[in-house]
Amino acid sequence: MSQRSSTYDTIIKRWQALTDYKYFWPIFLFVGVGFCMAASAFEFLDLYLQLILIYVGINIILTVSLNLINGYMGEFSVGHAGFMAVGAYVASLLTVHVFPSGAQNMLFPLAILAGGLAAALVGFLVAIPSFKTRGDYLAIVTLAFCMIVKSVLENIDVVGGPRGLLGMEKLTTLPWVFFWTALSVWVIRNLVYSNFGRGVLSIREDEIASDLMSVNTRQVKIIAFVVSSFFAGIAGGLFAHALQFINPRMFDIIKSTDILIMVYLGGIASIAGSIVGAIIYTILLEVLRPLGVWRMVFMPLMLVLLMIYRPRGIMGLKEARMFMPLRDWVTEKLWRKKKKEAGDATP
Amino acid sequence: MPLLKIEKLTHRFAGLCAVSDFNLAVEPHELIGIIGPNGAGKTTVFNLITGVYRASEGGIRLDGQELVGLTPHQITTRGIARTFQNIRLFRELSVLDNVRTAHYGRINYSPVEALLHIGRFCAEERRITNQALDLLAVFKLDNLAGEKAKNLPYGLQRRLEIARALATEPKLLLLDEPAAGMNPNEIIQLMEFISWIRKTFSVTIILIEHQMRLVMGICERLVVLDFGATIATGLPAEIQNNPKVLEAYLGEEVAV
Repeated sequence: MSQRSSTYDTIIKRWQALTDYKYFWPIFLFVGVGFCMAASAFEFLDLYLQLILIYVGINIILTVSLNLINGYMGEFSVGHAGFMAVGAYVASLLTVHVFPSGAQNMLFPLAILAGGLAAALVGFLVAIPSFKTRGDYLAIVTLAFCMIVKSVLENIDVVGGPRGLLGMEKLTTLPWVFFWTALSVWVIRNLVYSNFGRGVLSIREDEIASDLMSVNTRQVKIIAFVVSSFFAGIAGGLFAHALQFINPRMFDIIKSTDILIMVYLGGIASIAGSIVGAIIYTILLEVLRPLGVWRMVFMPLMLVLLMIYRPRGIMGLKEARMFMPLRDWVTEKLWRKKKKEAGDATP
Repeated sequence: MPLLKIEKLTHRFAGLCAVSDFNLAVEPHELIGIIGPNGAGKTTVFNLITGVYRASEGGIRLDGQELVGLTPHQITTRGIARTFQNIRLFRELSVLDNVRTAHYGRINYSPVEALLHIGRFCAEERRITNQALDLLAVFKLDNLAGEKAKNLPYGLQRRLEIARALATEPKLLLLDEPAAGMNPNEIIQLMEFISWIRKTFSVTIILIEHQMRLVMGICERLVVLDFGATIATGLPAEIQNNPKVLEAYLGEEVAV
């Protein structure tokens, strides 16, 4: 047992040493973009693998953004699929009905951005009633929101009603997914390590105390909701153009549950955890496809076991150093050093 | 002009009158104690001043500005900070982040700058971090800056709560039972600590306390509450011999 934990420690140490390297992020991004572009241009990954990677990316965006509300802020929102639907429909309407068919490739990022902005606007509107509620009650507000979105979409003929919307070109390519995933992770990390992010965390810890420590809890909740739903909308737009077909039933509570599972599997309040959770869940679902119906027994069972043996998820409340800003982990390192010295002085 | 002026403050919970006709004028740099038996309405007064409850009647003015109707964070930004009877730190956050959170009211960058880490963000964060570390150093907590607040021993948690309150740069500091759960020795240390805070940070302090030794030792003026009503005000020595106070506060002991 001890030997296993020491190998584990070495792996972690090696990984940290690698990520501490000054140019880790630039190299990682450069290699990532290059790999994705090459993969989609020369197709050395077959289309099936590319599609799985695209889903991994979309799920990372969804998980990291939901983690902002459910993990960092400690609320319980189940309406993420609703925001995703808004983004998916707005982006698809733009590419199908508005943009000229010749310039689709060039205008695609605009469509995605518009989907995100529309979702952010809706997120702002949902944030207002959510000021009054917490915990279970917020869950019900967002659940109702999710149902409203679905019913509205089912009753608008322009978007195909319950039959759904099709006619999108396959515009979601691996490089674009990589770009949006990196952007969402970067922006949410930035938010978390700012004073607004500390406001978000303090609301989770003790809302009254945070209000009395000059945190404008209203403002913080609006920012968190808007940012989170913006990225859900982005993910929705990417999802619609990867699948080339959407209907309202895709964005019901089951979809929200999927995202919740990824958040709690990876661990609350951790960006690294969200990424790991999204990757594991997406890939496991694919790997277990041969099991057929049993897949849907195995996955929930895994979740039950996880909640029993690791209730905070894989990386709950812990962050990989690579996602911390330099000065934060330098402070932590200094403190560890001081603590060690103090420990040596008084054995 | 008094720093804080409370006039005819009254608060009712449904039918129960928790505080009635409370008046207090606090001069700058004073140290005032509010005492009274359990359930006398002391913490309610603090909750009314800081905006947790909205007063049913009466006015609270800080430097002539009306506070009734403002939200707690607006009041904190105007210069009133407090601690809590049962410690309310952000337990899962580091000691440093507890203090940095209290800078929220004075940050000079917009959410967009925070999202993209551009513009004024970096300079501001550096300033906030340095100020927070300096403050922690003054409180001898800097070597624990990276530790989670919940891992601190009880006495240090109390100290951190005071540091966090001072990080909002208050003019008026409200301490709600700072000596709760301390032994006589620690109370003597706490008395020195509170006087030292008042001098170093030049703040005005109002404290709620049960420990007679503490309030008699350091407070310049006392207010005694009983069932929401102010039954006495004055110097500690006067209060000690006030028959009304003895009856309300120490009544049981007299009976024995």
